[in-house]
Amino acid sequence: MNNIFAIAGIVIKELYRRKDAYVLFILTALICLVMGSVNIFNDDKIVRYLKEICLLLIWLCSLVIAIATTARQIPMERENRTLFPLLAKPLTRTQLLLGKFVGCWIACGLALLCFYTFFGVLAASREHHWPLVNYLQAAGLHWVMLGVVIAFTLLGSLIFAAPSSNATIGFVLVAFILVLGRHLNKVAIHLPEPRRSLLYTLDYIIPHLEFFDVRDLIIHDWPPLAWRVCGLATLYATAYAGAFLLAACLIFRRKALN
Amino acid sequence: MIKTQNLRVEFNVREPVKSVKVAVVGLNLHVQQGEVFGFLGPNGAGKTTTMNVLLGFNNATSGDAWLFGENVRDPIARQRIGYLPELTYYYKFLTVEELLRFYARIFKIPRAETARRIDAVLKLVELEHARKRLIKTYSKGMQQRVGLAQALINDPDLLILDEPTSGLDPVGRMKVRQIIQRLRDEGKTVFFSSHELGEVETICDRVAIMHQGELKVEGRVSELAQKHQCNLEQLFLKVIGY
Repeated sequence: MNNIFAIAGIVIKELYRRKDAYVLFILTALICLVMGSVNIFNDDKIVRYLKEICLLLIWLCSLVIAIATTARQIPMERENRTLFPLLAKPLTRTQLLLGKFVGCWIACGLALLCFYTFFGVLAASREHHWPLVNYLQAAGLHWVMLGVVIAFTLLGSLIFAAPSSNATIGFVLVAFILVLGRHLNKVAIHLPEPRRSLLYTLDYIIPHLEFFDVRDLIIHDWPPLAWRVCGLATLYATAYAGAFLLAACLIFRRKALN
Repeated sequence: MIKTQNLRVEFNVREPVKSVKVAVVGLNLHVQQGEVFGFLGPNGAGKTTTMNVLLGFNNATSGDAWLFGENVRDPIARQRIGYLPELTYYYKFLTVEELLRFYARIFKIPRAETARRIDAVLKLVELEHARKRLIKTYSKGMQQRVGLAQALINDPDLLILDEPTSGLDPVGRMKVRQIIQRLRDEGKTVFFSSHELGEVETICDRVAIMHQGELKVEGRVSELAQKHQCNLEQLFLKVIGY
């Protein structure tokens, strides 16, 4: 565990020294601030649309941070040759991979904390109330979802040679799942065999990231979810992240580095 | 310290024709404790491939290799070694102090001991003045010294150096030689590859010369010179066919 957290610390240090996340945060903050200052038609309900847009921005930025940060971890270590002095230490490849995962995940968590805190303060200033439990659940499930995204991006970084191709495929997959994931079974019903079975199989195999999209809790001030549901969603994400990480470890263990 | 038995390493080559390239053939090497061992050979002889297998970067196709009696595939085999790669690249967003602290943590060195070791190695490689600067601001010579510092942070019993004087000016080379001699005096084992035969002849106890993946010659420098009636450079050229 010591080695895993040591590597995670390096990942986090890299993220805040590279300053990429700051750019995204500043952009998001600026857009949110500009939109938050707008008061079109003197309509208070307009704040609901502003919240929707701001939360969408937060989701997009968090996915950019997660995928872009993770996709370059192992390839850049190889390209920069920092991998060799690292693996010459008493460190297994599995520990290295898990350290990268934990580091990217915690870094995304810190970024989410900044985003949601900023957004929450901004929204509360307009609405004069702050449904804290809703924010906690939305942010928590969002963070857990990013764990799945980071795990499959890490697996992709061992399969695809270039970080850019891995990142592109990652973005496309995430967009596909978020937009179309909930409709796959509805489309499958109307298809003939064998396409119906194929689509059902796909529906069962893919990680349904849309389950973790509970932005409506914040936008429409709906009652919070039952904690049991949040727990089950977390277990679901853990299972998928675990499967992707296991596959990544099995591939990385036997991969020649030179 | 280091032992290989019938080590064979093959690589699949795709271009221009799909084939198998044999990088190391039937290597039986034995490096004793406390000696400075020079691992020589022309480019493409299999030196770096052998080192990569010893360090666990690549797997041998057949045969075995051990460090301190532990199979090289076991990470515990690397607990007591220090490695300096030929091309020294380290995390440019870290300072040398942060880098050393990170590596010390992987070696599970206690914090108080880490601080003492960092001070000691930075003094040895003359980087004390730059300990708080990011590595990306360092010159090439300084980065080479960072490499040496990280190889020594755990006070290793075995130092594996891949062309340690490559790219260094004469002063830098002299300092590396002094460090190697000092390590030998402390009873450490140094295993290094180099093209600087004059240097090797001065500081090595034993040498091995590889050519086309095979071990051609091995022995004490003085004995080889006496046996072949020539210096190391002449012997090297004779072995590789010149």
